[in-house]
Amino acid sequence: MGELRAYVALAGAQARSAFSYRASFLIELVGNVGATVFDVLSVLVLFRATDRIGGFDLPEALLMTSITSSGFALADFAVGNVDRLKTYVRAGTLDAVLVRPLGALPQLLLMDLPMRKMLRVVFGVTVLAVALGLNDVDWTPARVLLVTLAPLSCAVFMGSIFVISASLAFWWVESGEIGSAFTYGGRDFASYPITVYGPAFRGLFAYALGFAFVAYQPALALLGRPDPLGLPAWAGFASPLVAIGAATVATIVWRIGIRQYRSTGS
Amino acid sequence: MAGKDASVLTISPDSPKRSSITTFGALVGSGFRRYTTYRQATIAGTFTNIVFGYLRCYVLLAVAASTLGGRPAGYDREQLATYVWLGQGLLSVIMLWAWSELAERIRTGDVAADLLRPVSPLTAYLAADLGRAGHAMLTRFIPPVVVGALCFPLHVPARWTTVPLFLLSVLLAVVVSFGCRYLVNATAYWLHDARGPILLWVLGAGVLGGLYFPLRLLPDWLAATLWLATPLPSILQTPLDVAAERDGPAMQAGLVGLQACWAVVLLTLAWIVQRRAERRLVVQGG
Repeated sequence: MGELRAYVALAGAQARSAFSYRASFLIELVGNVGATVFDVLSVLVLFRATDRIGGFDLPEALLMTSITSSGFALADFAVGNVDRLKTYVRAGTLDAVLVRPLGALPQLLLMDLPMRKMLRVVFGVTVLAVALGLNDVDWTPARVLLVTLAPLSCAVFMGSIFVISASLAFWWVESGEIGSAFTYGGRDFASYPITVYGPAFRGLFAYALGFAFVAYQPALALLGRPDPLGLPAWAGFASPLVAIGAATVATIVWRIGIRQYRSTGS
Repeated sequence: MAGKDASVLTISPDSPKRSSITTFGALVGSGFRRYTTYRQATIAGTFTNIVFGYLRCYVLLAVAASTLGGRPAGYDREQLATYVWLGQGLLSVIMLWAWSELAERIRTGDVAADLLRPVSPLTAYLAADLGRAGHAMLTRFIPPVVVGALCFPLHVPARWTTVPLFLLSVLLAVVVSFGCRYLVNATAYWLHDARGPILLWVLGAGVLGGLYFPLRLLPDWLAATLWLATPLPSILQTPLDVAAERDGPAMQAGLVGLQACWAVVLLTLAWIVQRRAERRLVVQGG
C-alpha cells in the first residue's frame, strides 16, 4: 500500500510539473496528436491512387491502422519513455533509481510520464470507432470481446517491444536508433495489411516477431474474412495470447539486463 | 599560411576573402570529423533506415500493383523504389529530424561564446552542417541505396545530366533544411524554449517534405501550392523527383532552381533574424 502511494506521488509530481507550463504543454499535446493524425492521413492519401492495397479496401485497411494506432498510442503513453534508458545508463541516473526501495521499471516510467501523449490515445480510439462504423461488422459476443481486447493486446505487445528494445542499452549503450526499427517500424508494419510485404520480410516481422497478431489477424476476425495468407479464423482471437507471450519475454529480458547491469562508475 | 598548423586556427596574414574561405573550409572539416567519431550510432541509424526502407517500399509497390496502369502519381515501379531507397539514404543527410543544438545553447547562455568568435554563428553553423552532411552522404546514404538496389529494381537515370543535377539538388536541400532548422532554433532567442517550434518542424517537414508519401499523390493544386509557398518540398521531395526522373529535363531544372531560390531566401531570413536577436539577447545563466 505504501508502495502504491509512492508511485501515485511520483506520477502526481510529473503531472503537476507538466501542467505548470500550460502553453508548452498545449503545444506538445497538439504536436503529439499531429504525429498520429499524419499516420492515418498517409493511409487516406495512398488510397487516393488506388481503391485496394494488398487486396483490402479503405475501410478494412483503416480498421487495421486504427487498431494499431490506438494500441500503440496507449503503449507509448504508458511505457514509451523506457526509450530513454540508454541516456540514464550513460549518465548514471539509473544508479539512483536502483538504490530506492521501489521497482526500477515503474520508477523509470513514472519519472517522466508523458502527459502530452494522452490526446493521441483519444484520437486513436476515435478513428477505431469510425473504422468500425465504415465496415459492415456482423456483431457477435465474441467479436464484441475481441474489439475491446485487440487494442489492449496491441498496447501490451507494443509495450513489450518498447521494453525489449530499450533493454538493449544494458548491453549496448550506443544502440541509438536501433530500437526504433522495431517500435516505430513495428507500428508502421502493423498499420497496413501484411499481404503487401515480401515473403521473407513478412515472415520475419509478422510471424517470427508476432506483428501479424497486432492488428491484421484481429481485423480479419472482426470482418469475418478468411486470411489470404492461410492462417485459420481463430488466429485473430490469439492476439491476447501473443501479447502475453511478448510480455513474458520482455520481463525475462528486462530482469536479465538489470541483473547484469554494471554502473558506468562515474 | 605561416603560423597555421593542423589544430590551431590563427588569423592568417592572407587577404580577408581568402582567409574567410580557409576558415569556412576548416569548419566544414571539423563538422565532418565530429561525426566520424559516432561510429556505433551511424551503424544503428543505418540499420533503422534500411528497415523503414523495406516497409515504405513494399507499401508503395502494393499501391502501384493495384493502380490502373501501375503508375500511381506518375511514378512507375522502379521510380517508386528509387524514391523510397534514395529517400531513406538522404534522411540523415538533410537531417529531417530534431536539431536543437543552437536552441540549447541559447537557453543555457552558451551562445554568448559563439557570438564572441570572429565568425558569425550563422556561417559557423552552416559550415559545420555541410561537414555533417558530407559525412552522412558517405556513410548513411550509400548503404540503404545498395540494399535497395540488391532487393528491388531501381530506376537507372536515362539522362546523364540527372546525376550532377541530383548532387546539386542534395546540396541545396541541405542548405534549405539548415535554413529552416536555424530559424526554428532561433525562436529560442524570444521564447527561451524552442521545443514547441521544433516539434512542429519535425511534423511538418516529414509530411510536407514527402517522407510519408510522395506529394504528387495529393491533388495537383495542393502539391503546387506546397512547392511554391513552403520550402518543405524542396528538402526531400525535389532531390528524389530529380533522381527518379519523374519530370522532363526542363521541369527537373526548374525544381532545382526553386530550391536555389528558397536557399537564398532562408539564409537571408536567418541572417536578419540573427542580427535582430543579437540586439535584444539577454544571456541566460550566470
